[in-house]
Amino acid sequence: MAQAYSPGLSVTESIIIRKERILPLKGDVLVKKGVKVKAEDLVAETLLPGKVVPFNLANKLGVTPNLVNQYIIIKEGDNLKKGQIIAESKGFFGLFKSIVRSPIEGEVENISTITGQLLLREPRIPVQLKAFIDGIVVDVIENEGVIIENKSAYIQGIFGIGGETTGEIMMIASSPDEVITPEQIDDSCTGKIIVAGSMITYKVIKKAIQKKVNGIISGGIDDHDLKELLGYNIGVAITGHEDIGTTLVITEGFGDIKMAEKTFSLLKKFSGKKSSIHGKTQIRAGVMRPEIIIPLEFKEEELTTPSNKMSLLEIGTTIRVIRQPNFGLIGKVTALPEELTKVESETLVRILEAELENGQKVILPRANVEVIEE
Amino acid sequence: MGNTPTLKRIIATDCGSTTTKAILIEFIDNEYRQTIRGEAPTTVERPLNDVTKGVVNAVTELEELWQLVNKGKKIKFVENDKILIGNGDDGVDAYVSTSSAGGGLQMMVTGVVAKMTGESAERAALGAGAIVMDLIASNDKRPNYEKIERIRELRPDMILMAGGVDGGTTKHVVELAELVAAADPKPRLGSSYKLPVIYAGNNAARDIIKETIGEKTDLIITENIRPTLERENLGPARDKIHDLFMEHVMAQAPGYNKLMSWTVGPIKGKLENIPIMPTPAAVGNIMQTIARRNNIEVLGVDIGGATTDIFSVFTEDFIFNRTVSANLGMSYSISNVLATAGLKEIIRWVPFEINESELRNMIKNKMIRPTTIPQQLEELVLEQAIAKEALKYAFLQHKEFAVGLKGGQRHREIADAFSQSVSGGTIVDMMSLDLLVGSGGVLSHAPRRNQSVMMMIDAFLPEGITRLAVDSIFMMPQLGVLAEISEKAATEVFEKDCLIYLGTCVAPVGKIKPDKISLSAEIELPDGKTFNQDIKFGEIVLLPLGVGETAKAILKPGRGLDLGAGKNQQIETELHGGVIGIVLDTRGRRPFELPANIQERIPLLKKWMRELQVYPDSILD
Repeated sequence: MAQAYSPGLSVTESIIIRKERILPLKGDVLVKKGVKVKAEDLVAETLLPGKVVPFNLANKLGVTPNLVNQYIIIKEGDNLKKGQIIAESKGFFGLFKSIVRSPIEGEVENISTITGQLLLREPRIPVQLKAFIDGIVVDVIENEGVIIENKSAYIQGIFGIGGETTGEIMMIASSPDEVITPEQIDDSCTGKIIVAGSMITYKVIKKAIQKKVNGIISGGIDDHDLKELLGYNIGVAITGHEDIGTTLVITEGFGDIKMAEKTFSLLKKFSGKKSSIHGKTQIRAGVMRPEIIIPLEFKEEELTTPSNKMSLLEIGTTIRVIRQPNFGLIGKVTALPEELTKVESETLVRILEAELENGQKVILPRANVEVIEE
Repeated sequence: MGNTPTLKRIIATDCGSTTTKAILIEFIDNEYRQTIRGEAPTTVERPLNDVTKGVVNAVTELEELWQLVNKGKKIKFVENDKILIGNGDDGVDAYVSTSSAGGGLQMMVTGVVAKMTGESAERAALGAGAIVMDLIASNDKRPNYEKIERIRELRPDMILMAGGVDGGTTKHVVELAELVAAADPKPRLGSSYKLPVIYAGNNAARDIIKETIGEKTDLIITENIRPTLERENLGPARDKIHDLFMEHVMAQAPGYNKLMSWTVGPIKGKLENIPIMPTPAAVGNIMQTIARRNNIEVLGVDIGGATTDIFSVFTEDFIFNRTVSANLGMSYSISNVLATAGLKEIIRWVPFEINESELRNMIKNKMIRPTTIPQQLEELVLEQAIAKEALKYAFLQHKEFAVGLKGGQRHREIADAFSQSVSGGTIVDMMSLDLLVGSGGVLSHAPRRNQSVMMMIDAFLPEGITRLAVDSIFMMPQLGVLAEISEKAATEVFEKDCLIYLGTCVAPVGKIKPDKISLSAEIELPDGKTFNQDIKFGEIVLLPLGVGETAKAILKPGRGLDLGAGKNQQIETELHGGVIGIVLDTRGRRPFELPANIQERIPLLKKWMRELQVYPDSILD
């Protein structure tokens, strides 16, 4: 049989998580190997170069670029104050002297006698990197960052909005197919990561932002609500940089889709526990999915990273349907015919036969299911 | 190379961003034929993070299907998770591959004058198979600090810098280098190496360029792509781009180092490594070959999951152009089609009423689960409506770019060089176009070829007389790279197995009142029957005419309309058949308009779709 491969999203009660925390540019690592860190702890920091401001000095002086050197009184690498004199022409007998002052506070990056242009740089911008997850620093990459490991309950979302955050898991929905209302969001939700059921509406998200909820986990979201929330239509799925005041992790997809039973019960089991989540999604070029990481107690010797395994489609495998019809339903594979089969849309595809949780027997394109690991 | 008996079986794969497609080519009865194909999801993603897994899966499928076709005979293409090469009866004699996975090759280009050296640089990059993220030119009106920010935030795989003619003024090109140095850009994949920058500008500025960016970047200097105003020399820069693509970009993507060591074929009797080609570069190779061999104008489209590429060869000089619409595609970028076209434009192609919110959610779900396929008929219709808009917008972009500038090494008169930068008129002429070739999942894998015909006609609106074809299983990339080791194998397979002719579209151009005759057609069919009809405006008529068959036709456009010979001019010609036949389309060109009112539009769409047998009656009743 072919190695039919259907990548699924991870939903697991216990896994060794390994997170690289790397600065965007080289800088200082603040923790040592072997140290236990909390998600909020700073692990590295650096200064990002400030904005570059080009400045045409030759024009200001009214000279050709090759003469700039005769008048300039600063050099590359010098620090500058705003308004500081950077060049002056001698004029005739002290008359018609022109003085050029620095337009910014910062540093002299480059002086070009070919173009007569100065490149000035504004002051550096500090960047601080947090641990993001509670765990142990298992490796330090000098001047770049650290690698942190822990044992966690772990859920991958399908799509998200907003950056990294932490908070206690709080169940709002009582079942995975419930649609929660704004009235259910109150002061007790502040700082928490709340769990909705099959759908999160615009009104609920707005209320959550108002109550300073750190994160929301939901089965589905309506695209119209998402557009209203962001103020624009998402064209290509590269998200995580949005600043809407909370982080959203969608576990199933767009529309009203019951959250997978396994995901919901796992979240319920860890209700009240601290969790680290982010909404970063990138579906092209190095796929990234949102994550929900709930750290567990562990001993250091447990930290061995499991090898990547292939999700295999076999008879008996539990699958989830990821496209209409029956989108979101769970089933078990009952047969894997080799030959191509025509489905309703007349497309010839490789299919599987499955029995769904509601007892219905169906045929499904293999491309429209994902394997649920048990 | 040619007729090497050592090449009995060849496997070629194309690792796309969604799917890895493998084909088997065998030397049977003294000719090369493509016999089996297989595919599997591309595995550059977690948890596998290794492109070779998808390749092995696709090739394993080839192996299984080969045994099925050859009734139980055993063969092995894969052993120990690796493609088996040169092993007597088992295995294959060569393995080649193209790749666009991991986002393909993403480049930024710079030039002094956007419309001159800038455009040349852009063409060099596009011709090499890249996606051009931005063109930064001295005269592009953005303030310098904005350009610096842009260079920094883009994180391309590499930068191509052009500007100035040889020996000319160096000031502007140096200024651009200063901006690049100030931005200190980092490569997209990892910060462990310096960003490759190819300098292909004024040769007099080389030393200063070295001084300016030599330390901050991995600078490669090559010949000027515009040595004089009237000459373009894209070859050397393109070659450098390909080298760097292999060395830097591919080497960073998960599993590619392994894959690069697998791609081998016999060159002069010895097994040599055959570089992986960017997919669009390989398609370009093959497209140009068709145009030259048959002396025709060709337009080709490849609509993928993430991007849509359009290739064209127009004018008697075979001017080749390629554009990439980086964010128009059918899975990863499907949501951007909605953002670009808007819901209304998509819905106008749908022959039933649809809940807008459901359509929006369906599109987004396809974006986040890009490998799924439409199981329901309704979803297929919707995806094909979206495809028409994606193709339409990609084609618009192509027409704007294909403005009479020449690729490759060509001399051009000074007057041409100026007129091109000033006029910028498109050379894409739908009236003189001979052949329209569609490829990419939605066109090649459409359950009915009639659907491909309708998508291509609606999106491109061919004028006059145009032949339509699809690359049935999108083999063009593999054949493009295969040509590197055996042109004979590539061209033989291309002619016999690659293109599937769909038929010919006849469409009069011009405005006419709805109740008037738009086309009078007298067509002698091979069975001796004659089709003789006056067709009113607003109709589609399908006339079956098989593959390889031709029909003599006398075609007279309605009053004020044109079929290619001028207004009101009758044409006597031979029409070529195909798996669908001849499509007489009098729905109008320049303008082509659909009623805005849904009550008027839906019955019309249904009528046309029924005539063309696009969908089962169940959805059109």
